[in-house]
Amino acid sequence: MSQKKHIKSRNPFRGADVGLAMRLSIVRLTPLYQARNPVMFVVFVGSILTTAILTIMLVTPARVVGGGLPVWFVAWVTFWLWFTLLFANFAEAIAEGKGRAQADSLKKARRDVAARKLEKASDHSKQHSVPANTLRKGDLVLIEAGDFVPADGQVIDGIASVDESAVTGESAPVIRESGGDRDAVTGGTRVLSDWIVVRVTSDPGESFLDRMIGLVESARRQKTPNEIALSILLAALTIVFLLVCATLLPFSAFSVTQAGAGSVISVTVLIALLVCLIPTTIGGLLSAIGISGMQRLISANVIATSGRAVEAAGDINVLLLDKTGTITFGNRQAVEFYPAPGVTRQQLAEAAELSSLADETPEGRSIVTLARRLFGLPERNPKDLAATFIPFSAEQRISGIVINERHIMKGAGDAIARLVALKGGFCGPEIMREVEEIARKGGTPLMVAEGPQVLGVVYLKDIVKPEIKTRLADLRKMGIKSVMITGDNPLTAAAIASEAGVDDFVAEATPETKLKYIRKMQEGGELVAMVGDGTNDAPALAQSDVAVAMNSGTQAAKEAGNMVDLDSDPTKLIEIVEIGKQLLMTRGALTTFSISNDLAKYFAIIPAAFAGTYPALAKLNVMGLASPESAILSAVIFNALIIIALVPLALKGVKYRAESAEQLLTRNVLFYGLGGVLTPFIGIKLIDLMLAAAGLT
Amino acid sequence: MTASLIGWGGWQVVAYFIVLFALVVPLGGHMARVYLGKSTFLSPALQPVEGLIYRACGVDPDREMSWKEYALALLALSFSGFALLYAILIGQGVLPLNPQNLPGLSPDLAFNTAVSFITNTNWQSYSGETVMTNFSQMAGLTVQNFVSAAVGMAALAAMIRGMTRRKAAGIGNFWADLVRSILYILLPLSFILALVLGAQGVVQTFSASIDAHTLEGTKQTIALGPVASQEAIKMLGTNGGGFFNVNSAHPFENPNPLTNFLELVAILVIPTSLCHSFGIMVGDRRQGFALLAAMSLVFVPLMLFGIAEEQGGNPHLASLGIDQTASAQQPGGNMEGKETRFGIVNSGLWAAATTAASNGSVNSMHDSYTPLGGMVPLLLMKFGEVIYGGVGSGLYGMLIFVVITVFIAGLMVGRTPEYLGKKIQSFEMKMASIAILAPSACVLIGTALGVMTEAGRAGLFNSGPQGYSEVLYAFTSAANNNGSAFAGLSANSPFYNTALGLCMLVGRYFVLIPVLAIGGSLAAKNTTPPSAGTLPTHTPLFVLVLIFVLVLVGILTYAPTLALGPVIAYLQMIGG
Repeated sequence: MSQKKHIKSRNPFRGADVGLAMRLSIVRLTPLYQARNPVMFVVFVGSILTTAILTIMLVTPARVVGGGLPVWFVAWVTFWLWFTLLFANFAEAIAEGKGRAQADSLKKARRDVAARKLEKASDHSKQHSVPANTLRKGDLVLIEAGDFVPADGQVIDGIASVDESAVTGESAPVIRESGGDRDAVTGGTRVLSDWIVVRVTSDPGESFLDRMIGLVESARRQKTPNEIALSILLAALTIVFLLVCATLLPFSAFSVTQAGAGSVISVTVLIALLVCLIPTTIGGLLSAIGISGMQRLISANVIATSGRAVEAAGDINVLLLDKTGTITFGNRQAVEFYPAPGVTRQQLAEAAELSSLADETPEGRSIVTLARRLFGLPERNPKDLAATFIPFSAEQRISGIVINERHIMKGAGDAIARLVALKGGFCGPEIMREVEEIARKGGTPLMVAEGPQVLGVVYLKDIVKPEIKTRLADLRKMGIKSVMITGDNPLTAAAIASEAGVDDFVAEATPETKLKYIRKMQEGGELVAMVGDGTNDAPALAQSDVAVAMNSGTQAAKEAGNMVDLDSDPTKLIEIVEIGKQLLMTRGALTTFSISNDLAKYFAIIPAAFAGTYPALAKLNVMGLASPESAILSAVIFNALIIIALVPLALKGVKYRAESAEQLLTRNVLFYGLGGVLTPFIGIKLIDLMLAAAGLT
Repeated sequence: MTASLIGWGGWQVVAYFIVLFALVVPLGGHMARVYLGKSTFLSPALQPVEGLIYRACGVDPDREMSWKEYALALLALSFSGFALLYAILIGQGVLPLNPQNLPGLSPDLAFNTAVSFITNTNWQSYSGETVMTNFSQMAGLTVQNFVSAAVGMAALAAMIRGMTRRKAAGIGNFWADLVRSILYILLPLSFILALVLGAQGVVQTFSASIDAHTLEGTKQTIALGPVASQEAIKMLGTNGGGFFNVNSAHPFENPNPLTNFLELVAILVIPTSLCHSFGIMVGDRRQGFALLAAMSLVFVPLMLFGIAEEQGGNPHLASLGIDQTASAQQPGGNMEGKETRFGIVNSGLWAAATTAASNGSVNSMHDSYTPLGGMVPLLLMKFGEVIYGGVGSGLYGMLIFVVITVFIAGLMVGRTPEYLGKKIQSFEMKMASIAILAPSACVLIGTALGVMTEAGRAGLFNSGPQGYSEVLYAFTSAANNNGSAFAGLSANSPFYNTALGLCMLVGRYFVLIPVLAIGGSLAAKNTTPPSAGTLPTHTPLFVLVLIFVLVLVGILTYAPTLALGPVIAYLQMIGG
């Protein structure tokens, strides 16, 4: 993942069709398209006006409309105004293009295949072959090894390994089976082995894949709430500058009559000034920033159902993390044997190893590994032994082995205690102390007994992921509280919570307690994010402000969430929060930069525009620009070029660090605020020098 | 910068700020208690009166109003105030207390004056002593001096309440806020100040005028009137409408350096203290002090710059061999239009304070200032009257800028913007945009009309950039509800009376109503508790960013107008 990101950051245009983006930039120069963005629409109208002025100047010898300006100057201004629009269009098109490339690869997965439609789930003999796109909600289909999954659905029978790489990009196959939380299959994926019967859950055109394609390629996406608020501010600024420039005409006329010198400011110069002042930089890049925020999310293999969710991710201040899989490795591992009085450690280890030989769970395997490592026990294959294995049953909560008349059982403390009591044995206080001690340390005690005698306890430990601590510390720096959700008892939960460094935990969590916790947090004004996969997570997911459903999860969970993580990686939530923050930061930074730029543009244009009327204003020409024409032109060219120069930043997003708000603000204000004030002074001067060198002025 | 600035004048500035800021905590605390509905040290005496007023008017002070109800009540009061004042001004010829037998005002002047006083602008197109009867001054203007000030304070209180409430529908009761503002804050302060001013020689009498025989043997009519009582609220309520035409330059309004000092304190004491009230009401005093710091960091440098410019004088006079340095024998610098009893420092300080707060009173004539010295008051008004600003209106205007700053800066920390735990979303941005746009639009369009039309140009006394500045100043003053005049513009014409009157209305209510709307909208939202990821709004960094946004918005909006007015005048002056 990090490797992939690294490559991306080098070339922001990667994956986008530059040629198509250029074509779109021109095609979208229509009033209807431009009207969607008030800032750029003003530029559009300005460009048309200067073009009209230029045309009249060229066809009439008198050149009255030009206000005494040379034709080449009006031509250049017009040229660069159109380019301002083209650059803004290009920025948007290139951002969309990256999405389109992703959508295309997704579309390949949506192939039309034949589906085996069943009438009854239990009867595989009555099947008709129908085209996949005719399947409706509720239809039953049989999918066998080698078949493509024809539509989104829920496994109601069977078990199969499924290659989901077309959707997730992850090559390792996953298991899908009926019942439980791994029963959802996605159209376009492929069954590798075995068979499953699936109940279709989406009508044609509404499948998950369809929605994903729609999301990534939709150009007419809805504006997010914060985008709308920012657009209002930008529109207000545009109106202010419209008034400033419109009233400059009478002011100039008055000044000319009063001073008795110079000529009234021309419409071309006014339009040039207007376009320079209105926030074209952020106006032109706003939609590219939003689209590429979604792209970054998709690059992280997360599909958001709306841009709103991405924005909300930046606001999150409470993060609910499932213990298992997120904070700890999913499975517990045996780390120590605690023998009962009169039993040696090796005796206990051997018995534990025997009882776990057929236990394929990670816990069971870890017991075998530990026993062999500690006491050098020989490798033995359970099939070679003349033994009967007692598999784990949810009812008894024990498993074990019967070998050479030895009954060795292992299981939870209370289950084993009950068992030995039945056989006339009992659990000594020493053992019970060990059990409590292990529980207090956050571990799981597993008791081992032979016949009526308790041999001892195996300490199964929840291993906290080594990198989670720093990530949680980063979250804290960003002001985000992490809360661990676990089914463990409070004692165990507290131990793991303190080891991992989470801020709070919910122990013995049920769907109801989760929901209640989220509601309580939200009541206090917090914005809550969570990850879930099971159907019983659905209410909590629906209640959360940002809810990430695992792609491996049930359909209900996916419907309730506002994001789906294709990798089904619960730690992804942290990355999602970062992407949300980066999106908002980029928007703020470019807005600040855009507005700060205006100061220099005034210094370039005002002395130039009134040079004839008030020669003394030349003192404000602090950049020492060559001529009035060159000054105005340099400002207009800078204004256009800065858009294209900032496209990579808009696509990549500003550099994000896990820092407090105060630190982030300091850095960004210095860089984009102060930098925004200074950059155009340098840029305009450089362009002016180049224009002079080219002999244009 | 000369000896006098560092000398006596400098110490006066320092003393001024010490006294001003020393009053912030006690007065701010008192006002916060008033608006939080807690009892104050005045309650034993005034609570019965307050209760009586509510009973007489049939008001339930505890009934919560939504922002719309609040705005409606406020508008209803303002409109009735306007109608009443308009009627008084038109009909003052037949009304009592008119010993000079003055006639009623022309309709356009009456409109302008009535609007001016209900909007707390107190722009005066007339000469008070020769046009207004005592009845108009006392029953008309002074009443509005209290009411218009209280309206601003009430609106602020409502907005702050909105920021502190959670998922609430109401933002307080307008009538209660109005009555409490007057009864517990404005009246007691005015009473004390009027007594002190009276003792210092500010006149307070119902006699119309006295006739004096001058040495040349001519008869001079010296106007008198109930000045002290009006003077106190004129300063405290950031009204600024003087009894006399020359305002606080007149010896009967402002006789000596002590009254000058007190009146200067009175201009800013409520606006500065309200910052502290704000801090208390939102439960974090640092928030209030941060805003006070932001205002002061704009005010102090500009004020010092203005004084230095005035003290620097005119280079053309220096080239003629005139000594403009300050010494024991002369104040030096540019003394044109300034009173000798105040000198340059106290005039410059007043000019800055009166335009920073939307007071608008003058103790010197701003038209006679040097170009850059005169630009200081202009700039302070152009920032939207939020550097201290009018009572209530200054701080709520500043809070609008805070909303905009938080919006931009908040995004830069990677959160959707919030202030005091309240999310700033499109509705708030819409309202903040209107509040910023409306006054700017009035200034620009008004000035354009002023220089474009024959009627507008007819009022100009000066030509060139100075003439332009005069029109610009008038519209800036009106649209930002300041009321200070540059002088040099004869504004008592139907054109200016109407145009400036409309600007005052827009400048007042197109800010006030959005402010209440923001208050109402924020009240309805939940409050997010602060964390390390929250943009801190009490730190020096935020104060600097706020100033940056404030100055940038002001400069970007007005740069061309400043360039064509004071800046070019200055460049021409130094350039020859």
